[in-house]
Order: sequence, then structure tokens, then C-alpha cells
Amino acid sequence: MARVLLFGRLGDIAGWRERCFDPAPERLSALKAMIRRFDAALADALDGPGVQAAVDKVMVRGDALLGPGAEVAFLPPMSGG
Amino acid sequence: MIRLVADAFDAGAALNRFSAGRSITGAVASFLGIARGEPGPGPALELEAYPGFTEERIAALVETAIDRFGLQDAEVIHRVGPIPSGEAIVLVLTAAAHRREALQACDFLMDYLKSRAPLWKKEYGPNGTRWVEPTARDLSDIERWRETEQS
Repeated sequence: MARVLLFGRLGDIAGWRERCFDPAPERLSALKAMIRRFDAALADALDGPGVQAAVDKVMVRGDALLGPGAEVAFLPPMSGG
Repeated sequence: MIRLVADAFDAGAALNRFSAGRSITGAVASFLGIARGEPGPGPALELEAYPGFTEERIAALVETAIDRFGLQDAEVIHRVGPIPSGEAIVLVLTAAAHRREALQACDFLMDYLKSRAPLWKKEYGPNGTRWVEPTARDLSDIERWRETEQS
């Protein structure tokens, strides 16, 4: 199982901010492909400019491996302060 | 110390507590960011955090500032959730032997908090809500520190 978290505008686009995917895809690319099958607009947004991913609270680049029980967070451009 | 808080906080009390009992500190600098917006009911903005990750990343930024400017101490208090206009969003406190380091570190931390801290800001306006993304100004503000690093 993989837990997916969406932040900022990504959560608004999807209409959810947290969802479990079971069984867990093995890689980030497989997870995105799975998302594309039911929400193309969200999948496009995840591939959009400035969107980063973190797996188990560590920023990743490229096609990261997802271990069992992975927590995958998609992070749009940040704006604190 | 990093704190994410869901309710209004007393910036004056935080400054007094941070400044108390320091004998080798010559300078404490502070920056207080305030929610700007039309007065009235309802929030001016709303900040979303990634619990655990947001604190970790801000703590790493604070460590970088401590090393880079030779600070004795630094603290960040950041609001999350809905924030009415006029209330404090963020307080940055830095302590150093001399003022230049304290002031620069405060400026550095704010520039990085603006576009590198895992926080997402939604603004409430007369025409609805809007997710804020870093502006060209925010990005050029961060560039200043990179140029300094290279020179």
C-alpha cells in the first residue's frame, strides 16, 4: 500500500488530499500512470512546472522506487512567510 | 527552535523570551510578517503545512543560517491554517555577537522561507481564493544569496 498526499493547488485539482493505493506501485512513474487512468487533469498537474515529490519525507528526483507502505507527497511550488 | 502554530501568538513575548539571559550576544534581530488583506470576517489567507516534513526542512534552513552567519541562536515561529488580516504569520529571531550577522541571517531566512519552506499559501480575495506561488521577486531575492556564495 502507498499513501499519497497532495498539497496546495494539487489537492484542489484532485478533490482529495490523501488517498491509499493498494497494492503499492513499485515506482513513482507507475503511480503517476495509475493516477492518469482515473484523473488526467491531476496527472498533468503532477508533471507540471515546479512540482516536486517526496518519498517518506525525503525529496526525490526522477523515477524513485516506492517501498511497501511508502508515503508519497506531491509538492507544488512552495510559498511560506 | 521551530514552531508551527495554529493560533495567534504573542511576538513580543517570544522576542523577550529569546533575548533573555544572553550575556555574550550583542544583537538580536527579528522579522515579523503580518497577514495583509481587507479587514473583515473570514481569513486573509490560509497556510498548509506537511506535518513533520515542514518542521524538518525549516530546521535545516535554520541550521544553514546558523553556520553561514555564525549565529549563536535562531528561532522561527510560523502560523498554519486560516489567518485573519492583521495577525502575525511568521516571526524570525536571530542572535549573534554583532548586528550585521543577526540582520543578514534574518533576511536570509525570510528569503528562503518564502520559496523553499514546505508551506502553501492560499489568499482569500473579493473574487475567491488563489494559491500563491513564488514571484519573480521571491526568486531573485534567493539568487542574491547564491551570488554571494560564489563570489
